[in-house]
Amino acid sequence: MSLAVVVAAALFAGVVAYALFGGADFGSGFYDLTAGGTTRGAELRTLVDHSIGPVWEANHVWLIYILVTWWTAFPDTFAAAMSTLILPMLLALLGIVLRGASFAFRKYAATLTQARLFGTIFAISSVITPFFLGAVAGGVASGRVPATGRGDLWTSWLNPTSVFGGIIAVGTCAFLAGTFLCADARRSGQHKLAEQVRRRTLAVGAVTGIVVFAALIPLKQDAPTLADGLENQAAPLIAISALAGIATLVLVSIRRFAVARVTALIAVAAVVTGWGVGQYPWLLVDHVTITDAAGAPATLEALLVAVGLAAVIVLPALGYLYKLTQSESWSH
Amino acid sequence: MLDPLVMFAGLADVAPQAAHLATNVEPAGLLPARQQMALSLGWHIVLACFGVAFPAMIFAMHLIGIRRDDADALLLARKWAKVSAVLFAVGAVSGTVLSFEMGLLWPGLMGTYGDVLGLPFAFEGLAFFVEAIFLGIYLYGWDRMPPKRHLLMVVPMAVTGVVGTFCVIAVNAWMNAPVGFDLVDGEVTNVEPWAVLLNPDAFWQFLHMWVAAYMVAGFTIASVYAVGMLRGRRDRAHRLGFTLAFAVASLSAVVQPLIGHLLGSRLAETQPAKLAAFELATETESPSPLRLGGIMIDGEVRWSIDIPYLGSLIARNSFTNPVEGLSSFPVQDRPPVNITHLAFQSMVGIGTLLMVAAVAFWVARWRGRDLLEGRWFLRFAAVSGVLAVVAMEAGWIATEVGRQPWIVYGFMRTPEAAGENSGLWWLLGSTAVVYTLMTAGAVVVLRSMARRWRSGEIDLPSPYGPQAQRPHSSGASTPQEAQR
Repeated sequence: MSLAVVVAAALFAGVVAYALFGGADFGSGFYDLTAGGTTRGAELRTLVDHSIGPVWEANHVWLIYILVTWWTAFPDTFAAAMSTLILPMLLALLGIVLRGASFAFRKYAATLTQARLFGTIFAISSVITPFFLGAVAGGVASGRVPATGRGDLWTSWLNPTSVFGGIIAVGTCAFLAGTFLCADARRSGQHKLAEQVRRRTLAVGAVTGIVVFAALIPLKQDAPTLADGLENQAAPLIAISALAGIATLVLVSIRRFAVARVTALIAVAAVVTGWGVGQYPWLLVDHVTITDAAGAPATLEALLVAVGLAAVIVLPALGYLYKLTQSESWSH
Repeated sequence: MLDPLVMFAGLADVAPQAAHLATNVEPAGLLPARQQMALSLGWHIVLACFGVAFPAMIFAMHLIGIRRDDADALLLARKWAKVSAVLFAVGAVSGTVLSFEMGLLWPGLMGTYGDVLGLPFAFEGLAFFVEAIFLGIYLYGWDRMPPKRHLLMVVPMAVTGVVGTFCVIAVNAWMNAPVGFDLVDGEVTNVEPWAVLLNPDAFWQFLHMWVAAYMVAGFTIASVYAVGMLRGRRDRAHRLGFTLAFAVASLSAVVQPLIGHLLGSRLAETQPAKLAAFELATETESPSPLRLGGIMIDGEVRWSIDIPYLGSLIARNSFTNPVEGLSSFPVQDRPPVNITHLAFQSMVGIGTLLMVAAVAFWVARWRGRDLLEGRWFLRFAAVSGVLAVVAMEAGWIATEVGRQPWIVYGFMRTPEAAGENSGLWWLLGSTAVVYTLMTAGAVVVLRSMARRWRSGEIDLPSPYGPQAQRPHSSGASTPQEAQR
């Protein structure tokens, strides 16, 4: 495996981590949005606060990791993608800004009116942001980002692959968040709340699963290179995703929430990895390969040092944070 | 957390320099990109200062509270932590904006030099990661962890503030004095990323910004308590909050002129045209005067006060060495002079004023006189935060505009880095709206927090929190007593 492919793998590991953990934070916006009126939804919204409050900023940094690694290791393709996909990128960015700021504002809002305003902005931006990021992925994966010059400003992200990518992103985020919220509600002893989230998680999971497999049909036409990869080298991953997804639905329905989180993570990780493996060896599908896109070898080596340091320093710290937030004493 | 990602210099110059580039047609994306960068960077940098300096101040306050078993200090640390939660959230997202903008606004820079300047950003990302993790642990660790271990959770945040600042500034210093690559037939080769990370200009520029961050955060927090004291709130907590913040700010304000001087004395060698603009030196004169104020109109300097010898002395550490004048540089290589000169002198002037005030306060206190008793000093202290912010922004304008017309000094002109996207004007308009609303939101929330604290509330539960839920939950258990 060449140096460039190793760095691309490290970059893609960041994409998977962001999809899982950043995704679960975004997905909680779906339950927040559908929690009902001020009184009825108060308990669920408090759960959302409590559940993502300590972790969302750390999970958000995966996005920074992705951007920085991308522009450092594969500078031309970064410029190309930003230039063609400027609209979904900016819309995602707007969502990220509004989500983060209004989440913090809502928590410390003085009045119910303010909390409701910030909360609405938080919830809506949480739900729609993954759509635009999924649409970006769809644009790249369907070969609509040329290596030089600028692709179409609109059809590069308003096309079947992007739209399905966006919907799948929204769905997987909400699905992940649902399993996490169920477990969090159970751990803090709110069984009624856990039931409320459980029903929605099952519905979201079923719909998302169907969409993932339905998407394979238009993909054949719209993104033949990716579809070919999904049917061949990535087929095992798609199978794993299907099995883990079904397992999660079963586990959630029999209320084994703690284990369901693990299978849900596996299901989403497998489908995201499936996309990466499916489009290998392309970085910008049909236009430029990972090896051709790579920047200076010395930079790639140095970047791997940074990635290694991150593995040694960041991952244990992140593990400690997760361990604390999942502990008994932090659940109340 | 405030990702200082973005102190990265984004070319924050607000001066269209059409005259210089009349020969080349500017890309449509240039002017909006400049304005956009100036707005988003100028806005974020203030929050970045808090991300860098606030954790250390919270640590000091929290430590006082634990060591001396001081309830006031502990309560202040708890409140500062909540304020930092709001500021850091806004800082994290506005920092993310800058990461996107690197590619959206400056495709020419990122496409050509992305792999040269990228490594420091990777380390900065790492630092930000650690900071965000420990921020989460610290904020939610109140009353959930053993006190000493809880306090230790701030330490990584203060350390990563230093690392993050260094890395981001390393990129900016590299733009000012590029190293670590060769340009062969227009192709970038022989890239040495470690040489970029550890470039010789990075250290002094880093010190300058790092200390500036402590000045901004220190004076701003001191301002808040000064306003409180002016309004008659003279309890011990106000004095404690003021004293700690002002002490940090004072220390920084006293060392800053020295650091600035050492940094500036490199300019004659590394960026002589910027130095000429700073000093408003039109011709090379030996010895050069120090030119206070003044602007250049049609090549003539007007309304300046010239002090003989001082220009050579300050800029060159010599009685005779001249500051090279603008006339030594081709017209197309000169930065916009007036904005650079005035911004530079505003920074120096305000910085000097803050230093004098800080020294005066501590000298008076040492001689047994408390300036906080009088209203005049409090009035000054109340605006010191704004002054520190203005000085810092002026410094960035000076260094960024002073580097023009280059984005990578001597190698790439700013127009070459911009794209052809005139639609960026829409982005600028939307950003102005969103940032205005976000500022308003932050102000409303922070003020309401202060109001509730004054009225005796401590924990600030959310309005839809457990208390609000209880009357309606008709017997259902609401176990989240500890929601904070």
